[in-house]
Amino acid sequence: MTFWQITLELLVGFWETVQIFLLTLTFSLPLGLLVCFGSMSRLRPLRLLTRSIVWVIRGTPLMLQLILVFYGPGLLFDLPSMDRFSAVILAFTINYACYFSEIYRGGIESIPIGQFEAGQVLGMTKRQIFFRVVLLQVVKRILAPMSNEVITLVKDTSLARIIAIYEITYVGQSFIKQGLIWPLFYTGAFYLLFCGGLTVLFGRLEQKLSYFRG
Amino acid sequence: MAILEVKNLKKGFGGSPVLKGVSFSLEAGQVLAIIGSSGSGKSTLLQCLNFLEAPEAGEILVNGESLLGGTEEQIRQARLNFGLVFQSFHLFPQYTVLENITLAPRLLKKAGDIEQNALALLEQVGLLEKRDAYPWQLSGGQQQRVAIARALALRPKVLCFDEPTSALDPELTGEVLRVIRSLKDKKTTMIVVTHEMAFAKSVADVVIYMADGVIEEMGSPDAIFGSPRSQKTRAFVQGASEQF
Repeated sequence: MTFWQITLELLVGFWETVQIFLLTLTFSLPLGLLVCFGSMSRLRPLRLLTRSIVWVIRGTPLMLQLILVFYGPGLLFDLPSMDRFSAVILAFTINYACYFSEIYRGGIESIPIGQFEAGQVLGMTKRQIFFRVVLLQVVKRILAPMSNEVITLVKDTSLARIIAIYEITYVGQSFIKQGLIWPLFYTGAFYLLFCGGLTVLFGRLEQKLSYFRG
Repeated sequence: MAILEVKNLKKGFGGSPVLKGVSFSLEAGQVLAIIGSSGSGKSTLLQCLNFLEAPEAGEILVNGESLLGGTEEQIRQARLNFGLVFQSFHLFPQYTVLENITLAPRLLKKAGDIEQNALALLEQVGLLEKRDAYPWQLSGGQQQRVAIARALALRPKVLCFDEPTSALDPELTGEVLRVIRSLKDKKTTMIVVTHEMAFAKSVADVVIYMADGVIEEMGSPDAIFGSPRSQKTRAFVQGASEQF
């Protein structure tokens, strides 16, 4: 196989990787906020339920959750199994939403109570206080842990191969049968570049929010 | 008729009473200074007036209308009768000085030219040239003056100050006190919780000395500082003046 052919095959796998990455983020970033509100709720049952879910999801391997989401419905309830790609997105979204929710919670709880009180005495509604006063301060504070989590997601996408998703690590490994080891390093370069790009992006965001302190 | 009437206000935290039945009234345009040692309940009183804490009993009447109780939305509306300037300012860090002042009026869709009004207030507190600065670029005294303008932008009936100079370096307290004094000249009704005895003496129309969750003594500055009736008040006033 020529270098060019291998590049093309890796690119196909990489596209799969990128799709898992983008779709997971698209769904888990907002879902994480909902989970976060649940775990901070004044309603004790809701709070306990949400925190239990977060405990289970963070306390078990993503790979196990992935297998369960894909095979579980069929084996447990005799349902038609989901297509592989949807199963991946579902499992990843739930898993990452739970991690994000805890980062959000830490961020929100780190905002001085005075910011909420200042909004209150100025007659703002809870929603206005959250979105117009608190949110941007939270975003600034959680940027570093979020970049960690997002970069971890890039590499976690390789777990999708466990239910036979043809993502880039799977593709890279497939050349071993032909006695080729260097495509694995080539695969690594894709991840490195991707994560490098994200690092730059997060650096820019940080820069953009450096105009205020607090 | 009094603009503000507080009747038998009670509040406790975790079973221990902090306000044990506080009653007073305030006429429009008057300045009320509340003094007392920490833990006497004076800050809790302000928190109750601004509905940051819900009193357990009692009444708060503004222009004869009772404000306590009701839904979250009613409480939010009731709050607008009062403004509150905090000890540590609590400006919104991501907004400029001007945006800090205009944010709430815009969100509440206040009538009139919100920006013009904000600029007029900035001029009043002497910070017009700082309109585009961010809070971290200001000194503590400047931040507090912006916080005062922010509270005034909603035209509260009663403006409350919770130890407005306690977080400031001594050389910065003067500029804040001067602004409060200028508001008095404009007949702004104010309640000032303060440790600045000299200021309370010279600006207040009425002084309340609080101790152990009750009003120990209430009267004119001359009466409270000159010839207090209560033993406790005398001890506090003397102790406070010996510091200087």
